[in-house]
Amino acid sequence: MSNEKIQAGLEKYNASVEKAISRFPERPHLPEQRLYTPLDIKDTDYADEIGFPGMYPYTRGVQPTMYRGRFWTMRMYAGFSTAAESNKRYRYLIESGATGLSCAFDLPTQIGYDSDDAISEGEVGKVGVAIDSLADMEVLFDKIDLGKVSTSMTINAPASVLLAMYIAVAEKQGVPADQLKGTIQNDILKEYAARGTYIFPPRPSMRLITNIFEYCSKNVPKWNTISISGYHIREAGSTASQEIAFTIADGIAYCEAAIKAGLHIDDFAGRLSFFWNAHNNVLEEVAKFRASRRVWAKVMKERFHAEKPKSMMLRVHTQTAGSMLTAQQPNNNIVRVALQTAAAVMGGTQSLHTNSRDEALALPTEESVMIALRTQQIVAYESGLADVIDPLAGSYYVEALTNKIEKEAWEYINKIDEIGGAVAAIEKGYIQKEIQDSAYKWQMDVESGAKTIVGVNKFQVEEEPPKGLLKVDASVGVAQCERLHAMKAKRDNDAVKAALADLKAACQDENENLMPHILKAVHTYATLGEICGVMREVFGEYEAHVNL
Amino acid sequence: MEKRIRVLVAKPGLDGHDRGAKVVARALRDAGFEVIYTGLRQTPEQIAEAALQEDVNVVAMSILSGAHPHLFPKVVNLVREKGMDDVLIIGGGVIPETDIPALKEAGVAEVFTPGTPTSAIVDFIKANVK
Repeated sequence: MSNEKIQAGLEKYNASVEKAISRFPERPHLPEQRLYTPLDIKDTDYADEIGFPGMYPYTRGVQPTMYRGRFWTMRMYAGFSTAAESNKRYRYLIESGATGLSCAFDLPTQIGYDSDDAISEGEVGKVGVAIDSLADMEVLFDKIDLGKVSTSMTINAPASVLLAMYIAVAEKQGVPADQLKGTIQNDILKEYAARGTYIFPPRPSMRLITNIFEYCSKNVPKWNTISISGYHIREAGSTASQEIAFTIADGIAYCEAAIKAGLHIDDFAGRLSFFWNAHNNVLEEVAKFRASRRVWAKVMKERFHAEKPKSMMLRVHTQTAGSMLTAQQPNNNIVRVALQTAAAVMGGTQSLHTNSRDEALALPTEESVMIALRTQQIVAYESGLADVIDPLAGSYYVEALTNKIEKEAWEYINKIDEIGGAVAAIEKGYIQKEIQDSAYKWQMDVESGAKTIVGVNKFQVEEEPPKGLLKVDASVGVAQCERLHAMKAKRDNDAVKAALADLKAACQDENENLMPHILKAVHTYATLGEICGVMREVFGEYEAHVNL
Repeated sequence: MEKRIRVLVAKPGLDGHDRGAKVVARALRDAGFEVIYTGLRQTPEQIAEAALQEDVNVVAMSILSGAHPHLFPKVVNLVREKGMDDVLIIGGGVIPETDIPALKEAGVAEVFTPGTPTSAIVDFIKANVK
């Protein structure tokens, strides 16, 4: 059909709509455009903009066969209490068919404090596992073959230290570093903008990150050195377009820092990975995944002149949206997570964590985690969604939405360029303010009823408080401190002192790569708090400025 | 003119989730209160001191990390120790229903859990501030 014919048909249809809505008004708060036709994507060049899986600009996916070869990695984020408890949960997950590990660390670990630090009181083992030294890390991965499993660690400011501990545990297992597979989050910029577990100011933080890029490119070549994360930006309240735009702007900043440090784009870009949120609006999410791949491919090719295809591929881990889980009628969350899973899979994710139904209330129980994992397995094996590549391509709506999200993302990226890049935009509070405004709008839309959340502002029922929630007892903190003190009494404290002095000198020399020095300190059983303490002394700490 | 109600929105502990705290801070401001937000990673001592310095009527704390059983009561005690007997202390976050009685026992006037409309917090403050 020619475009003229479609246009004529559309006009006829629009006239009929006018008549229909005069009798039956549409629901309020809908997207402006009700229907998409070939006219909405008439300017989209298939070969240039959509193309083929595994080929530039990767709109349709990063691998040629996608899930027809192998499903995404089913990677469940877990960790709580002590290393021994978390080790049990990891082995349970592996036995249940999880294909990768994902470690959650408690807040003291994430912010570089030991469990016996005054500021750690009440937080030890709460949102993840407490790791004070290599001794805890040895327990965490006991009887787990690090040569076989791939491990993702949600660790940012002290990522270098936890990576060093992982390498050291592997060494003790007899697994060489160049065999290790996994990811460290290592994305400090989104910590300043959205997640809050920063330690040092941006400059030394960027140095630590580029040190890791360089060290791993030579010594741990299969390791994903960063997971540039939009997940937390979205959780903090951003829109879909803001999620990918702010994250890709962060990605640009990391590349620029690494290039400035003397690295070549194709030597590290292939190890960069991303982390998206799978939110409630299924089709918008699918379009977001597709748009993000296209934007990143263009950034790498046109801005950084990358030549290796791998450098241009946006590989992504996904987690379903924690902030969309409701405390009300928690079993409804199973359905939300299933839809979000469908979006992530149709969007072409490389790995996925599915949230558990009870996470608006507490850490998930084993039974809830099992349902969440089974949700992925049902989508993989039963739904058919994984059988044909990029199944929504060619939908007038999804292609138009992909174009729209891409356009909005470029507008933000250009704006951030004008401000002076992501670091400057964060220092000026621009990104934080944009996210806060979106979060506030969302909340007001829910309160006005413009947005319906089932069980929260519609279809509410009287409920009994849920039973059987997982609780981390306060005694965990006490026991962890005792273990820490026992370990300190046993280690060679002179060796620790020497290693920390060596690390301090290295911190003061900007041209020195810190990784070998951190690894050396880790081997002496210097604690995370001691190592980060030395870095705090030299680098100082970041102070946030909040504009409400 | 009637004195405007002053609220300290505070993030005790190491938790970095501040979407809720910021949304509540803004909603309280839009409701006509004067709002001071502490920012992240405040010790109970820092929060009590800020409450005193800012001469607030309300301290509103938010924790999503599970550290509330330890930190909420600590803030209450320090605020009272500094002689702020009339200051209304409320809390919110990912807090299991079963933890709430103990928090109230410790002096937290009300606990707001996920899904609470900000208007409920505004109404509670208006009804209970002294």
